[in-house]
Amino acid sequence: MPHTPHPVEILRLNTCGSVDDGKSTLIGRLLYDSKNLMEDQLEALARSADITGGGQINLANLTDGLRAEREQGITIDVAYRFFATPKRKFIVADTPGHVQYTRNMVTGASAANLSIVLVDARQGVTEQTRRHTYLAALLGIPHLVIAINKMDLVDWSEDRFLEIRDEIESFIPKLDVFRDVKFIPLSALNGDNVVTSSKNTSWYQGPALLGHLETVHIASDWNLNAFRFPVQWVNRPNNPRDPKLHDFRGLSGQIAGGIARQGQTIIVLPAGLKTAIKEIWTYDGVLAEAFCPQSATLCLADDIDVSRGDMIVGLENLPGCGSDLHARICWMHQRPLQPGRKFFFKHTTQTAQAVVTGLESRINMATFEPEPEPPALATNDIGVIRLKISKPIVFDGYSTNRLTGSFILIEQGTNATVAAGMLSAPTEAVKPEYTDFAI
Amino acid sequence: MNSYHLDHLQYLETEAIHIMREVAAEFERPALLFSGGKDSISLLRLAEKAFRPSDIPMPLLNIDTGHHFPELNEFRDRRAKELGAKLIVRKVEDAIGKGIAVPRPGEISRNQLQIPTLLAAVEEFQFDCLIGGARRDEEKARAKERFFSFRDSFGQWDPKNQRPEIWNIYNARVNPGEHMRVFPLSNWTEMDVWEYIKREKLQVPTIYFSHQRKCVRRNGQWLPVSDLLPPKDKEPVKELVVRVRTIGDIISTGMVESPADSVDDIIAEIAAARVTERGSRADDKASEAAMEDRKKAGYF
Repeated sequence: MPHTPHPVEILRLNTCGSVDDGKSTLIGRLLYDSKNLMEDQLEALARSADITGGGQINLANLTDGLRAEREQGITIDVAYRFFATPKRKFIVADTPGHVQYTRNMVTGASAANLSIVLVDARQGVTEQTRRHTYLAALLGIPHLVIAINKMDLVDWSEDRFLEIRDEIESFIPKLDVFRDVKFIPLSALNGDNVVTSSKNTSWYQGPALLGHLETVHIASDWNLNAFRFPVQWVNRPNNPRDPKLHDFRGLSGQIAGGIARQGQTIIVLPAGLKTAIKEIWTYDGVLAEAFCPQSATLCLADDIDVSRGDMIVGLENLPGCGSDLHARICWMHQRPLQPGRKFFFKHTTQTAQAVVTGLESRINMATFEPEPEPPALATNDIGVIRLKISKPIVFDGYSTNRLTGSFILIEQGTNATVAAGMLSAPTEAVKPEYTDFAI
Repeated sequence: MNSYHLDHLQYLETEAIHIMREVAAEFERPALLFSGGKDSISLLRLAEKAFRPSDIPMPLLNIDTGHHFPELNEFRDRRAKELGAKLIVRKVEDAIGKGIAVPRPGEISRNQLQIPTLLAAVEEFQFDCLIGGARRDEEKARAKERFFSFRDSFGQWDPKNQRPEIWNIYNARVNPGEHMRVFPLSNWTEMDVWEYIKREKLQVPTIYFSHQRKCVRRNGQWLPVSDLLPPKDKEPVKELVVRVRTIGDIISTGMVESPADSVDDIIAEIAAARVTERGSRADDKASEAAMEDRKKAGYF
């Protein structure tokens, strides 16, 4: 694997498209042409080619790992792949294109910086293309690549490329904004415009796919504007050997937004207690400041009651707080969602109970228009719902912060994860009645 | 990179620390699988980073096949002691004695027999979560596994029915008798692990570094000669300069001819490598779906 001795960034991406659009082949090609494949992997490919492929090596076999997939020639779950170039490291989630597997696409894409939506140049835009593009927008993926594949089968026609691009651009403005959208004509099977620029597309001036992945600007993908620290674990040493630690009481967690600074005034929500950060403790020493998504242990100036699930925030850009919530969800379970059902609700580091009090709308995936008051949401439906939570939740709108604006619903009894939820922006910021410990 | 940006190791580290703390907060009786291998050594450093200045709030667990490299067990015991952690060891030998693990006729490998031994330990201590050092880059079946991987009351993994895992919100709920396997290093590669070992100045067992060893050639691999694996009649024995790249049992771990005697050398060697880490493990070559089958049955 190409290696560079200096630290590099990680780019997380996912690939999606309809069955047979060539997703797995594209990933295989990226790995193969960037010299990230090893001899034993190639040997294993050759072995399976002899057994099942009539002797022809199939790059898709690199990612289609499970026996059932090879037998049926499909990808049934998210597969993660890793490769590196001297410029970046990449984590790829290969997400399947079947209608019934939207939940896996949501799983693969939720943490991504960038989504690649594959389009078969012969088929053009399908319902799956629209659905995947919509989902990428819904999930707030900042960067989008539309890879128009199998260009060799349409004689590298610029007209065909432009036709597909125009059709996609005509519905992209209806979706929430991407930071950037790139259209790339390619052939995953033959390697055109994947790692190296193709001789067959002289009319295309843009970069090959890999060049784009190596250079797209991701430094501002995290929210650094408003400090958010969901308390994950209260850190209190038992019988510390070091007497200095007798009074140590730290709040451990991962910063979900913004920057923490030593000495900064903070509020603990939902209680509304106000104090200051005395120390940002880490295993590697005390820090003057820490930022999203670093993990740290905060020691506060006053000994106040704080526990898992509380949210520590800065004084500016306060979040919302409430128990009546409004959200878009992707329903992922076979049993349809009907209003009135009760679930576990997990948001940041806390779990509460929730009742779905109303189904406002279901998104029509052909038009992206809301259909009001559906009787239920079926598997892979996107809908807008209202929820009543068993306790007040401190949150941001998903479009402001993916970490404090997201939640999952868990079915009681089976413990299945049944929905991914994205909260609407709060109608007003929390107005805590300060209990000011600094006075 | 500006000052508010994490490099790849810092990103992987904060992701793993967050997962470790979720385990400590959500489970009643978690344990951390610690073999003394490079991945679990990194896991232990991540546990220190997640929980210090407190003690690591869970015991370490190791399934001893009886076929371990002695250097590995020695390192395992020493490291656990240094950290002041509780180490639980359960032996395949004892499980065979109690009839919990039953070898197939003529079976020498202890690989399959680890499964019932591990599941018996889960039952004995009522563990509801095991943290392991598996990585998705190791193997195709692992590439499809979640960070929080649910196991039913038989310890089985059902790859077709995994819980969707969205953002960094992990569903840690299990019913009595079920448990979770959690893999904080899921997104790490072999290279990341060695770079982390270098950055953190972590000690590793000496067998990762170049040393002299008597080996025999079997199935295209150099296997170390030991009491468990004596040379066959008239089989040539070669004294080679070797190291291990990945550690399995002493009877099935291929030795790599290598002069690498520092972490820097190892990093350079992996960068130039033309085969994957598990290319030197005979247990994975058995069949196209070898790992998938073992995982479904409850393997690590």
